Amino acid sequence: MPENLTTSLQLIKPEIALSILLVVIVLFDLLFDKRKNLLPFISIVGLLITAYFVAEQFNMNNFAFRYDETSVGLLAVDSFSAFFKMIVILSTIFVILFSVASTEIVNSSDRHGEYYTLIMAMVLGMFLISGASDLILIYVSIELLSLSSYILAGFLKSVERSSEASLKYVIYGSAASGIMLFGISILYGLLGTTNLYEMNALLQNANVGGFTFIFAGIMVLGGIGFKVSIAPFHFWTPDVYEGAPIAITAYLSVASKAAGFALLIRFIKVTFFQSLASDGSWIMLGIIDWQRILIALAILTMTLGNFAALWQDNIKRMLAYSSIAHAGYLLLAVAIFSNDGVIAVLVYFAIYLFMNLGAFFVVMLIANKIGSEEMDDYKGMGSATGFLGVALSIFLLSLAGLPPTAGFIGKLYIFIALINADMIVVAFITLLNTVVAYYYYVRVLKNLYLVRTETSREKIQVSFGNVIIILLLLIPVFVFGVYFTPIVNLAKNSATILGF
Amino acid sequence: MEVTLTHFLILSTLLFSLGIYGIVTRKNAIMVLMGLELILNASNINFIAFSRFGNFGLQGQLFALFVIVLAAAEAAIALAIVLNVYKTFVNVNVDEIDELRD
Repeated sequence: MPENLTTSLQLIKPEIALSILLVVIVLFDLLFDKRKNLLPFISIVGLLITAYFVAEQFNMNNFAFRYDETSVGLLAVDSFSAFFKMIVILSTIFVILFSVASTEIVNSSDRHGEYYTLIMAMVLGMFLISGASDLILIYVSIELLSLSSYILAGFLKSVERSSEASLKYVIYGSAASGIMLFGISILYGLLGTTNLYEMNALLQNANVGGFTFIFAGIMVLGGIGFKVSIAPFHFWTPDVYEGAPIAITAYLSVASKAAGFALLIRFIKVTFFQSLASDGSWIMLGIIDWQRILIALAILTMTLGNFAALWQDNIKRMLAYSSIAHAGYLLLAVAIFSNDGVIAVLVYFAIYLFMNLGAFFVVMLIANKIGSEEMDDYKGMGSATGFLGVALSIFLLSLAGLPPTAGFIGKLYIFIALINADMIVVAFITLLNTVVAYYYYVRVLKNLYLVRTETSREKIQVSFGNVIIILLLLIPVFVFGVYFTPIVNLAKNSATILGF
Repeated sequence: MEVTLTHFLILSTLLFSLGIYGIVTRKNAIMVLMGLELILNASNINFIAFSRFGNFGLQGQLFALFVIVLAAAEAAIALAIVLNVYKTFVNVNVDEIDELRD
């Protein structure tokens, strides 16, 4: 047992590093009250150290916290979770840089200690989610992520929109996780274990099934679907994304969505997997027809997201619906149930990270100056925004999936996976959806460059540091659009989930 | 009459349904939060009952302990948010707080 514990502790080095970082931030905030401006710097250094430990975990295949030598453990440490941890770290570093540039966050500087502590708590939650292979750990880590994000959504205490966003988030979110918990309790009652791998072993032999099992499975799917904003569990997304501070909105739309998808893939694959076909597609147990359910939800999600985005006048709200549509594409890639599908999800996330964070960052910089995110206020701003406007246009076109930007490659891999799996009709519906999506992205460009207004606007100045951050996001969007082999190779290496 | 697993399951299902009913119908945010607590406790009853009657070991009881702690944390955070909403909006009725709309 003791030597077992030391192996486990070595396997969770990133999580330990993060926990230490969290305590350091709290102590620093208490002891050096006047030097709060150093907190982002400490956070980034800590995250880089964590990233070093995560990099060691690529190609690792082990369980942390086994009961004994033969049994399976609580936390899977594999390259699949390492990939998602890297996505989370990268987006956290960018979001910390955003927060430094954000007027609304900087103005509440007396509470910076809480801000960075809660972000680190979210990162820890997402790390555990991406490796969790036991229902207890899944529930606890989802709550760790959610509880921190409820507070961060309402971080601007005196702003009405922000308070309302956090109230809606906490009520919907707790209801979703409560329903998920009830589903978990029924699963536990039916199978007698909380470990996903043990559940799978039981399901291979025993004839468990029927209405109760499907009901419980859908309850758990609802809880996870809430985190990744799949319709019909998406209703919180527009309100929370619009009300929360923009840095937090960007964070929720990338990092917590990535963690949710990691959990969704692991939960469905590990629990309901039967065997691997020769062409790399997964043969699933016939207890629940997940493929049909997920494809239906994915089509519903992307159609709803794209069509609702058409009527939005607030750009943050439009990006919220666009992120719902992207969740639909990703869910479709999951529903293919093959290694190709998982590779498509991983490639898509690596690209989505840059383009979505970039779009939110530019919207934030413009909002810093003109104090608004309304579409109408963007009219005729083309020359006033200068570099910002060009950058925003590129990020939006990449989100729409226009070649030669990286967004095209992300969509391309999803389509390849769909066509390899002979899902031509679904691929066609997705294609129609991406056409609809062009309209609302291009509408922003039209407002920026083609609409003429009488009043001339003052030119918006961008500081040198912010230009560097934008370039850090913009260059990958171009580079990965033409030279995407490294990402695809990394994704191929990371697509294997422990045990299969 | 002997108390069996079925009795516990009926109780927990009733509590769960009451919780959902409370969340859907109540306007006051505090009452909605009470509905949430009912759902969490319904799951707790399930865990304990399954663990006791199914001879599954102690995992269920352990899970219930975790849920109790998390429910407390969740209640604390939710109440703090409701308090903050009360300060800005001077009421806590869920359907009157709707600045964010299409």
